[in-house]
Amino acid sequence: MATDTQAPEAAPEATAEEQLTEAIATAAQPASDDSTPLERQLVIINWSGEFDKVLPTLILGSVGAASGYKTSVFLTFWGLLPFVKDSKRITGDGMMQKMLSFMQRPGISHMKMSKMNFMGMGPWMIGKLSDQYNVASPQELLEACQMMGVEFLPCQMTMDMFGLKAEDMIDGLGDPVGAATVLELMTENNTGSLFI
Amino acid sequence: MSDVHTTVDAKGLSCPMPIVKTAQAAKTVPSGELIEVLATDAGSVKDFAAWTRSTGNSMVEQTEDDGVYRFVIKRA
Repeated sequence: MATDTQAPEAAPEATAEEQLTEAIATAAQPASDDSTPLERQLVIINWSGEFDKVLPTLILGSVGAASGYKTSVFLTFWGLLPFVKDSKRITGDGMMQKMLSFMQRPGISHMKMSKMNFMGMGPWMIGKLSDQYNVASPQELLEACQMMGVEFLPCQMTMDMFGLKAEDMIDGLGDPVGAATVLELMTENNTGSLFI
Repeated sequence: MSDVHTTVDAKGLSCPMPIVKTAQAAKTVPSGELIEVLATDAGSVKDFAAWTRSTGNSMVEQTEDDGVYRFVIKRA
């Protein structure tokens, strides 16, 4: 009689212990195995617009997209000018905006180097070295970016200030945005952001 | 080793083109199939390891022969 009453009491405890052991074992397993990649994001603020700086923007952008990261490049201030069509020599309305485009020629084929520009010799020399070592040109890299789905976001404020219109810009750019949009992207999880 | 589905010849190309070309080619390769990449860029060794980790593809084989790196990658 005593053993009969004891046996049912012992059984529920053992089950609870088993359940606990199982729960611990399940929790200890990784949530996802190594083959599931992280949802990463890359945000680049392209501000300076110089040849030797736009190059890393486009390289990092294209590889980011190639690696499956959601990649966005915010084109602001001088960094917006290389994304104006090469064919547009003077942009803007009014004296000041036109003078600006006169002094800072827009278009990806007309970027200056941040160092050693030598009145235009610098980009030409880099071009020669690039040919020699099979380094992609800015135009090729831009094409690669667009093919890989990099999103280019023009800065609305810069467009207003410089008098740039949608038809001045190259094809394939996203709708103009502002700082709040970019900041939101930059502060999301698993995001790397750069100011170039 | 089963047959390679696509070969990417990136010999002579510098960063980032080996990665970019491989990513483009990978889009057309069905899951489970193999991509073979040939590159001469020394930096591409670490690059492809990082790229396969980021994209969830797997590096099946990696060899070097007289300056030419050969990567065999399995499409996830």
